[in-house]
Amino acid sequence: MINTKFFLKGFFCIKSVNSPAIALAAGFIAIGALFKSIGLNIQESIFSTFLTYAMPGSLIMAESLIVGASLLNIFFAVWLVNARLYPMTVSLFPLLTHKSQPRLKYYLACHFVAVSAWLIMKENYKSVERKYRLDYWIGIGVANLSVAVIATVFGFFIADYLSKDMMIGLAIVNPVYFICVMVGAMKTIQMSLAVILGSLFGILFYFISPEWCILFGGLTAGTLAFFIGEINGN
Amino acid sequence: MAINILLAILATSFATYISRFLGVLTSKKIKETSKVFKWFDCLAYSTLSALLAKIVIFPAGALAEVDYFIRFIVVLICLVIFLISKKNFVYPTVLSALLLTLLSSNF
Repeated sequence: MINTKFFLKGFFCIKSVNSPAIALAAGFIAIGALFKSIGLNIQESIFSTFLTYAMPGSLIMAESLIVGASLLNIFFAVWLVNARLYPMTVSLFPLLTHKSQPRLKYYLACHFVAVSAWLIMKENYKSVERKYRLDYWIGIGVANLSVAVIATVFGFFIADYLSKDMMIGLAIVNPVYFICVMVGAMKTIQMSLAVILGSLFGILFYFISPEWCILFGGLTAGTLAFFIGEINGN
Repeated sequence: MAINILLAILATSFATYISRFLGVLTSKKIKETSKVFKWFDCLAYSTLSALLAKIVIFPAGALAEVDYFIRFIVVLICLVIFLISKKNFVYPTVLSALLLTLLSSNF
């Protein structure tokens, strides 16, 4: 089923110096505390992080519950903010395919697609034999999801001790970490443009549509970056 | 609260899983050496950047309570530290929390 050696190799990536563990934990501690403050119980909080495992989506769910939005509204808003997972999956899974792996395993393993695990895999996939990449990926995913769930539980229980200013401090850690990662990934013209234009268009499109700005901004910026990169030899 | 929390969690999870699922489904025939793959790579990075920019400039939740100028300064300082520390991820991330907590409680 799963090759233990490669699973563990992936799992222990979480211990590396550049690991997203701190950023991931800080974000989900804040989410756990938020869940408690809006009235979720501990089971619901764990269930939510385990099943959703994508922070912006959980944040939207929490805000929607506060204002009492309808189920359909929640579904649509979450789908929009998490649609970024689609290009992320498409740009990752072709690297993991191998004919020896059962198809169903891919549909289960895609649950681990979230920026933290995705970035580790993108950095390391070349060092793993193709046949075992999916097992390695599942290892990374399980480690990251565990950190997220444990942090949610921790956040839930220390919620009463967190001041408003501490919550704000926790909330910035995750974006700052990933902004640094993005800047670190700017190695080719294409990647640099994708990152710079992505942030510019993301903000510009906000003035046209706050809901669609991530998707439209990302699509425009990514496509522009791709073509400019192609013309200039990447 | 108007709606059932459990249903909200299921709706959120389902809305999130769809994109992952479709990603696996449609990437089946894409070769990693192809142009399409490269294009999606660009799209993944640009959409992530768009999301991050939105979180910093137009945040939801706790971050919205801090002045936008303070958020911007904190991110900028952390980026500079990241670059001068030879791309160390630990310093800027730890510092960001301390800096923002300090600034938001004093201004």
